[in-house]
Amino acid sequence: MRELDVSEIKDAVAELFVHANYHLGEDVQACLKQCAQREETALARDVFESIGKNIEIAGEGVFPLCQDTGMACVFMEIGQDVHLTGGSLYDAVNEGVRKACAEGYLRQTIVEDPFRRKNTGDSTPADINVDIVPGENVRIIMAPKGFGSENMSQIRMMTPADGLEGAEDFIVHVCEEAGGRPCPPMVVGVGVGGNFSRAALNAKKALLRPIGEHNEDPYYADMEKRVLERINALDIGPQGFGGKTTALAVNVIAAPTHIAGLPVAVNINCHVSRHEEVTL
Amino acid sequence: MKHRIKEPFTKDKFSGLRAGDSVLLTGTIYAARDAAHKRLVGMIEEGQELPIEIRNQIIYYAGPTPARPGHPIGSAGPTTSYRMDSFTPQLLKLGLSGMIGKGPRNDEVKRTAAECGAVYFAAIGGAAALISQSIKEAEVVAFAELGTESIHRLYVEDMPLIVACDAEGGDIYVRK
Repeated sequence: MRELDVSEIKDAVAELFVHANYHLGEDVQACLKQCAQREETALARDVFESIGKNIEIAGEGVFPLCQDTGMACVFMEIGQDVHLTGGSLYDAVNEGVRKACAEGYLRQTIVEDPFRRKNTGDSTPADINVDIVPGENVRIIMAPKGFGSENMSQIRMMTPADGLEGAEDFIVHVCEEAGGRPCPPMVVGVGVGGNFSRAALNAKKALLRPIGEHNEDPYYADMEKRVLERINALDIGPQGFGGKTTALAVNVIAAPTHIAGLPVAVNINCHVSRHEEVTL
Repeated sequence: MKHRIKEPFTKDKFSGLRAGDSVLLTGTIYAARDAAHKRLVGMIEEGQELPIEIRNQIIYYAGPTPARPGHPIGSAGPTTSYRMDSFTPQLLKLGLSGMIGKGPRNDEVKRTAAECGAVYFAAIGGAAALISQSIKEAEVVAFAELGTESIHRLYVEDMPLIVACDAEGGDIYVRK
């Protein structure tokens, strides 16, 4: 059995959290450039130009891409043949977040209680999600998540009778209601099936998929394309100023569900759609 | 239309602005977001003196990242404005002349702003590193214990903005 000291996980988390906040993924950048081409108004084109300049400045490593450096959403796939040593895994992840927040000049963005709202001072705790998988590797995905877009997310427990059409209508409705609030162009993560909690988690996991990559199942790939087209016809546009690009991608993850149910969760992300990963 | 506006931010400077116009703003503004708004309005309701002047001032809905050595501020883009909607009319009635944020406002804010002659500007959300290049000075002036949510006095030079809601009721977020 392979042994892995959790201090390695701490260091990896710290590096990923900082890096993700200064460097936007190539997939998002490529999509932004492509979408800018098709905009017809000066205002929409200016928004894309500003987004492009922002990515360049942030890439120099002094100013984060967004002041909302996010809730540290951490997804780990831990091989069942790995023995973690040297302390608590969750403590190590939070140590990594704490280190990144201080050394990377990230914002202290988390309050310790939803009502009493005292800032924890170091952006901990992280939102830690663990899957146990075969093998002896540890895969860590860090997705700093801003709340301007998170606040626009919704879940609806639909019925089997609502079907595919009902689900698609709901996803488009969520984006329409969000309008200019979540910093469009947005990325839309969708979880369908499962139960109340699984659908929401899958919607967030769907945001981790690179833009331009579709669901492997052609049924859902087609759904993604159809819904994206409908969202981009809403004329919300970049920043809500009007235009052809309201969303960059719709990513769907489907899961088996109950005979009575059709949960649909929609997790909205902004154009600063951040995620970085490493395998230890 | 493109405009260059310098302080003082009296409302007469904004009367010619229309939704969709570009503005480069120069002068002193105040950064305040959720927690600071809650406190300010609480103080107004209790009849206390506010820690900052509101009349003819602009509030920027922002909570910056920490400044690195040698820089006045970290990244400071706009946060979503609707969360401030329930607090805004009371500030407008005290003479607030402008707001900077992102995303649409509710009808009450828009109506009160139009009645008061105040303007709502949009900054580009998610372009915080770019926007920070126009912030030349920053200082915490109230509620320091709120950290990033404290009130910051900022001096901005040619801060790039779009007029989102003008004093005539024009709204960039409503499709014609």
